[in-house]
Amino acid sequence: MFQRLTLLLTATLLSCSAFASGELNVYSSRQEQLIAPLIEQFSKQTGIVVNVVTGKDDALIERLRIEGRNSPADLLWTADAGRLHRAKSQGLLQPIESEVLEAVIPAHLRDADQQWFGLTTRARPIMYARDRVDPAELSTYEALADPKWKRRICVRSSDNIYNQSLVAAMIEHLGEERTEAWTRGLVANFARPPAGGDREQISAVAAGVCDIAIANTYYLGGMLKSPNAADRQAAEKVAVFWPNQDGTGTHVNITGAGVTKAARNRDNAIRLIEFMVSDEAQQWYAEGNSEYPVKAGVEWSEVLKRWGEFKADELPMNVLGENNAAALRLMDRAGWK
Amino acid sequence: MNDTPSAAALPLTPPRRQRRRLFDGWLASALLVALLVALPVLAVFSFVLDPAASVWRHLGATVLGDYIANSLWLMLWVTIGVVAIGVPCAWLTSVCDFPGRRWLEWALLLPLAMPAYIIAYTYTGLLDFAGPVQTALRTTFDWSYGDYWFPPIRSLGGACAMFVLVLYPYVYMLARAAFLSQSRCALEVSRTLGAGPWRGFFTVALPLARPAVIAGVSLALMETLADYGTVVYFGVTTFTTGIFRTWYGLGNAAAAAQLAAALMLFVFVLIISERWSRRRQRYHHGSARFRALARHRLRGWQAVLASCVCLLPLLLGFVVPVLQLGQWALLTYEQSLNATFVTIALQTLLLAGTAALLVLAIALLLGYGKRLHSSRLLRSAVQIAGIGYAVPGTVIAVGVMLPFAAFDHTVDAFMSRYWGISTGLLLSGTLVALLFAYAVRFLAVALQTVEAGLGRIRPSTDDAARSLGLSPGSVLRRIHLPLLRGSLLTAIVLVFVDVLKELPATLILRPFNFNTLAVRTYELASDERLAEASLPALAIVAIGLLPVILLSRAIRRPATGEVDAALTGH
Repeated sequence: MFQRLTLLLTATLLSCSAFASGELNVYSSRQEQLIAPLIEQFSKQTGIVVNVVTGKDDALIERLRIEGRNSPADLLWTADAGRLHRAKSQGLLQPIESEVLEAVIPAHLRDADQQWFGLTTRARPIMYARDRVDPAELSTYEALADPKWKRRICVRSSDNIYNQSLVAAMIEHLGEERTEAWTRGLVANFARPPAGGDREQISAVAAGVCDIAIANTYYLGGMLKSPNAADRQAAEKVAVFWPNQDGTGTHVNITGAGVTKAARNRDNAIRLIEFMVSDEAQQWYAEGNSEYPVKAGVEWSEVLKRWGEFKADELPMNVLGENNAAALRLMDRAGWK
Repeated sequence: MNDTPSAAALPLTPPRRQRRRLFDGWLASALLVALLVALPVLAVFSFVLDPAASVWRHLGATVLGDYIANSLWLMLWVTIGVVAIGVPCAWLTSVCDFPGRRWLEWALLLPLAMPAYIIAYTYTGLLDFAGPVQTALRTTFDWSYGDYWFPPIRSLGGACAMFVLVLYPYVYMLARAAFLSQSRCALEVSRTLGAGPWRGFFTVALPLARPAVIAGVSLALMETLADYGTVVYFGVTTFTTGIFRTWYGLGNAAAAAQLAAALMLFVFVLIISERWSRRRQRYHHGSARFRALARHRLRGWQAVLASCVCLLPLLLGFVVPVLQLGQWALLTYEQSLNATFVTIALQTLLLAGTAALLVLAIALLLGYGKRLHSSRLLRSAVQIAGIGYAVPGTVIAVGVMLPFAAFDHTVDAFMSRYWGISTGLLLSGTLVALLFAYAVRFLAVALQTVEAGLGRIRPSTDDAARSLGLSPGSVLRRIHLPLLRGSLLTAIVLVFVDVLKELPATLILRPFNFNTLAVRTYELASDERLAEASLPALAIVAIGLLPVILLSRAIRRPATGEVDAALTGH
């Protein structure tokens, strides 16, 4: 037994020196279970071995930065645009030219300098209790600051990047002053101090703690598919409302990837990104976590169809990263915990 | 945490001899290792001088007050909680007999295997508004939201409760070891002087166990301060959440490092003031006589009360969350239990085992070094080396990456320049870096246990052995190690379990394709898939159980006293 364990440790140690040429090293903040099947498929098709480290976006970017030009990572894969922008602004990514990517991915969902590319979009609409809220009462994010929603809104903490990105987008549309006024109004309408994740906000709406939540759609999708019956029942009590349809559109974010500056397997990294926008990968990747494909014409999953078509905000994604610090300071001032 | 008795023990050593010993091999290697372990903390400190005034003004005007207040409240309530649970349970199981005492003795350690973030998830699932408890209340009494008051689990109070439930075993374990190693003689003397059992406890047993209780409390507090997962989940803003928010959200590494430095300074001040308050006291046995305490059999309502007091923390800290996890695991085990899962479990086991041995070796080197030499430099180095326990794992991880990467870059530049070979990263991103991070993060745990054990061994034992011609190394090997058996085992188990549960440093430093159970749990839980996360979480608890049970068997026997008695023929 001990010998076998030693063998395992040695093998692991050796496998860590993943410098073998032709392999592809990925730093991913997308959870392993979400990307593993696609990577397996990619390896099968191309014969390229893919090594993965998953972790929190910020920590991975920090690791990439400290490792510098000697970093073994070829590809950085994250779950939001703000982080990709941060990696880019720290000089950790490199521009790549790919006709495939330029043709398939809409311009506002990729970096203007071609340093990173959106692979799926994720929407952050309003969710409401079917039995207590008439969707006709709802219109825009801005309207949620109206005192009529007092003690009726649940949102998670401002520590969360999706809230930071939402406010960053609002800053771009409304300017900092009006966004701060809006944030104060929204905070005044909170039913309880922010805690827990998006799923908890949805459950709270279902349970009657509040009437409205702002949450990413795939959390609702995850609850609808949950092995836990209580989650499924809660999700059925909540419906999606697409805000700002007559104006700027519903706030969306992306999951995306970029080739690192230190990449030694640049071509393989580009191949993986291109593979990710193929029809089958788009369909599976989007379906696996109830996200929206970036590629037009790819069939939506049943859950997505059920929520219907909507107009998405076409703000260039890098704005979310640029306004992030301003958004955070603003939320601190407004008392969004 | 213990004062080394060597200074007092060697008052007559001629100065010349001391000077020569300064260059002794043990001291040199202890110093080197201590500095090495302190390196990551110093690396973080190196940012401190960068100016970040505007961020500080912003923090000061908005959230800093909350960070400080919440951190202080957490510390206060966790201290009260762990002492209020740990000390009575330790005393009852050490000197009394009551129904269930035999198995409660070890079972009380079980919550140690439960990571704080996991117990937080499970209690939220149980006690939140949509959870089964409140739902049952509502259906029974026909209430709806707002009709009744229920303590909100996701709050400062909830966070305190979670920490107390999983951290009280530190106090329990160390206090119990101290009670068991106390000689009955001391208590008997107090009885002959007219003190009743209560007074004997408060004036003799408890003060004698003070270093152990303090050591337990400080471990619990350091873990509380370093926690990120639990407080973020409960929406409680603390210093640690502030560090991350400032670092990543505001993109200001300097201000984040300054916050981290403030946190470390705060811990330093706490440790030093506690040390100062007992600067002249010694806690080893003054007499060679040792007799184990005879158990006092409790009867009637006293016995029932004692059983309840010991049963409650076990139920809340272990049984309830495990049942909830088990129920979730039943829903999901078919998809999650596969070959990958087994590999991950084995990797985790191996990693934690290796780390535990490594950390123990370092702790022995440093702890014994301090006993051998009254070197101020070594003392301060060890002090800094032990601070890592109070620092959030991610900060440690970055502190580890900086010097490792600097080393790798230097070697790479040298090799490419003179040999034309690029060596890339040699240590960064390998298990070496990860193990080193564990050493930095968990040294305090092993060190405190080892030092507490060493402190209970009379310095005259060393002197006697040395005067009989043993070298310091042989004294350690032939006298101390056998005497320290219990403490060493405790240290190994504590580090093992801590590594098992460790998340942030593992997440960022681990090599490619390398997973641990904690990482797996986190990935699922952070995706808010609690049901799916329950199986790896249960596996962490299960793997942690075995050493915890072993440990409890080992501390059942009071090693120090036993051997002391054997040595002196009693």
